[in-house]
Amino acid sequence: MKFRDLSDLAFRNLREAVLRNSLTTLGVAVGVASLVAMLSLGVGLQQLASSRLAKSGLFDSIFVTPKTNLRGPGGGPPATRTPDAKARPLDAAARAEISRLPNVVEVYPQIRFFTEVRYDGKPYATMVAGMPESSKASGAFDGMQGHFFSSPNADEAILQAEFAKELNPQTWLLIGKDLVLRYAERQALPWQAQAGDGPENSGGFSVVPKEKHFRIIGVVETEPASGFGGFGSGRLLIPLPIAETLRAAQVNDLRDILRDSSSGKPAYSSLTVRVKSPSLVVTTEAKLKDLGFSAFSLLDASKALRSFFTVLDILLGIFSSVALAVATLGIVNTLVMAVLERRREIGIMKALGAADGDVKQLFFIEAGVMGLFGGIVGTVIGWLIGRAISFGTNVYLHRQNLSSVDISSVPFWLILGGILFAVLVSLAAGLYPASRAARLDPVQALRYE
Amino acid sequence: MTMPDSRSAIQLDQVSRHYLMGESIIRAVDNVSAAVAPGEFLALLGSSGSGKSTLLNLIAGLDRPSSGSVIAHGQDLSKMSSLELARYRRQTVGMVFQSFNLLPRMTLEENVELPLRLAEVGRSERAARVREALARVGLEKRIGHRPSELSGGEQQRTAIARALVNRPRILLADEPTGNLDSATGESILTLLREIQKNPGMTIVMVTHERALAERFADRLAVMGDGKLLSNGAPG
Ligand SMILES: Nc1ncnc2c1ncn2[C@@H]1O[C@H](COP(=O)(O)OP(=O)(O)O)[C@@H](O)[C@H]1O
Ligand SMILES: [Mg+2]
Repeated sequence: MKFRDLSDLAFRNLREAVLRNSLTTLGVAVGVASLVAMLSLGVGLQQLASSRLAKSGLFDSIFVTPKTNLRGPGGGPPATRTPDAKARPLDAAARAEISRLPNVVEVYPQIRFFTEVRYDGKPYATMVAGMPESSKASGAFDGMQGHFFSSPNADEAILQAEFAKELNPQTWLLIGKDLVLRYAERQALPWQAQAGDGPENSGGFSVVPKEKHFRIIGVVETEPASGFGGFGSGRLLIPLPIAETLRAAQVNDLRDILRDSSSGKPAYSSLTVRVKSPSLVVTTEAKLKDLGFSAFSLLDASKALRSFFTVLDILLGIFSSVALAVATLGIVNTLVMAVLERRREIGIMKALGAADGDVKQLFFIEAGVMGLFGGIVGTVIGWLIGRAISFGTNVYLHRQNLSSVDISSVPFWLILGGILFAVLVSLAAGLYPASRAARLDPVQALRYE
Repeated sequence: MTMPDSRSAIQLDQVSRHYLMGESIIRAVDNVSAAVAPGEFLALLGSSGSGKSTLLNLIAGLDRPSSGSVIAHGQDLSKMSSLELARYRRQTVGMVFQSFNLLPRMTLEENVELPLRLAEVGRSERAARVREALARVGLEKRIGHRPSELSGGEQQRTAIARALVNRPRILLADEPTGNLDSATGESILTLLREIQKNPGMTIVMVTHERALAERFADRLAVMGDGKLLSNGAPG
C-alpha cells in the first residue's frame, strides 16, 4: 500500500478510538514535557553560568607573572620568592611587547589596594580596584545605576552595591556625590636609590599621606573586580590609569620595588592579558611562556564546568525519561488492545490482499502519529513549564530586589530533539504490537463466530 | 498424481490440511484432488465441519496446505512467498463471506475502495472503479452510506462489489446466502450468475442449500469429513 493510503487509514483508526488514543498521546506528551522542561532548565542554567563567566573575563584572560624560583609546592608567600636568574622583569617594556602579540586585546596590571575613604565626613575602610576600559563591554556593568566612567582619566568612581549601602541604603542618592580617597604615596629616598645594594636593604622610602576627590557616577550590583588574580573583590572602582598614577601602596609593591632596585625601573608583580576569545588562550599562554614569563589561565575550570553541566543534563534526562518510559508502556498497551479489538478488521484486510508488511506499517504509523502529536504537545507544555519556573524565580528575585535572570532555555535542538525522541520511542513501542498484528492468522481472525 | 493443467482455472492435487490438536490430528481437508475450468460456477456442498471453508481458504491463498498443491491459472500457490500470496489475493481472487465482513465505520465507497488502495491503483482511477462496481450490484445511490444503514442483502451486494472491484479471475464465496432470507439469497445467486457471464469469472461457492446450488451452479462437489465425496455435474 502507498504511504498516503496507509496514513489515511491510520488517522481513520486513531479517530475511531479517539478518547483512548488521545489519553495515550497525552501520556507521551507528559513524558516529553517533563524531559523538555528538565533539559530547558539544565540548558538555561548552563547558559546563564557560562555567560556570566564569559562576561567576567575569566576565560579569555591569562595571568602573567615573572618567573620565580619556586620553593616547595605552591611557591609559598610572595616574600619567600626570589627572582630567577634568567627571569625577565615584568616591566613597562615587557607590557608593551606582550600587547603587540597577536590576538591580545589588552594588557593591564591588577591594581587593587586597601585604603580609607571619607564620605559625608565619616571614614570607611575598603578595597579599591582599578578597572580597565574593556570592563565596560564585559557585561559586568550591565544594569548598573548611573553610568560607566566618562573617560579612562576621569576622577570618577563606581561603587559596588554592598559598599554603597554602607554609605547610604538609598544607593541612588549617592550618584553625583563626592568621595575622598585617602592613600599613601611612596617617595623613594634619594640616597637609597643611588646605593642600590640589594633586597636586604629595606625601608628605603618614605610614605606620604595624600587625598584625592572622586565623583560617584554609578552603583553596580555585580562584582566586576572579582575576576582573575583578584584576591578579594574591589568595592570602590576607579579607572585603571588613575589607579596606576596613584602609585598606591599595593600589597605587592614593596617586593616589586625591592626586586628591581638594581635596574631602578618599576615592574609589575602581575599583568592580566586578555585575548580575543577563550579559544586563543592556550596558544597565547604558550607564547607568553616563550617570552620568559609564568602564565596560567582558568580554561581548565571552564572545561570542568562544562562537564558538570553535561552530567547534570544527563541526570535530568534520565529522571524525566522515566516518565517517557511509562508513556511508552501506554502506547504498547493501547496498540496491543487495538490489535485484539481489530482482529477481524486485520483478517479482512489480509483477505483483500494486504501483505503482512502493510498491516505492520499501519500499526507503526499509528504509533508514530501518537508519538508525533505527543511530542509536539509535550514540547509546548515543557516549554511552558520552563517559562513558568523562570517566571516564578524572577518574581522571587524581584522581591529580593535582584535583577532578573532567564534560567530556562529551549534551543531549537531541544524542540526538534523532543519531538524526534517522542516519535522514535513511540515507534519502538509500536514494534511489538505491529509485528503481532502482522503475524495474525487471517483464517482464525475470520472464522465465523 | 495429475499433471498441472494450464487450462484449469483451479487445480487441486492431493491437497490436505491437518490441524494438530494435542495428540490427535484433525484432517480438515484430506487428500482432495479436483479441477475447476475457467468460467465455471462450482458449488461446494457438505455438512457443517466437513472442511468446505478450509478448502476455500486454501484456494484463496489465505492458508497453506499441509501437503499437496493448489494451482491457480498455472501458478502453484504452495511455492509462493507470503508477499506473493498477498499479491495473488489482491489480483487473482475476490472473496465473499457469510457474515459480509464489511468494515463498519467506513462508507460503502471506502469499503469498496479498500482493495484498490491495497493494489496501489491510482487515486484518479479509483472513484470511477468504485462507482462502476457499485453500479454493477445496483447500489450506486448508496455510495455514501455505512454498512449498518443497509439491509443484509445490500450488505452482501456491497461485499460482492468489493470482491469485483479489482477485476479478479476467480470469485470465492463462503456461504454467501447463509445470513439471508431465501428471496434475498436467490437474488444474490442471480447476481453471481450474471457476474459469471459478464464480466466473466470462475466461481467457487460454498453452500449447504442443495436446491439453490442445483439451480444456479454448473457443477456440484460434495465434501464429507474432509474428503471429496462426489464431483459430478448437477442432476
Ligand atoms: N484452527 C483449527 N484448529 C483445529 N481444528 C480446526 C481449525 N480450523 C478448522 N478446524 C476443524 O476443521 C474441520 C473443518 O472446518 P471448516 O472447514 O470450517 O468446516 P465447514 O466450513 O465445512 O463447516 C472442523 O472439524 C473444524 O473443527
Ligand atoms: Mg464453513
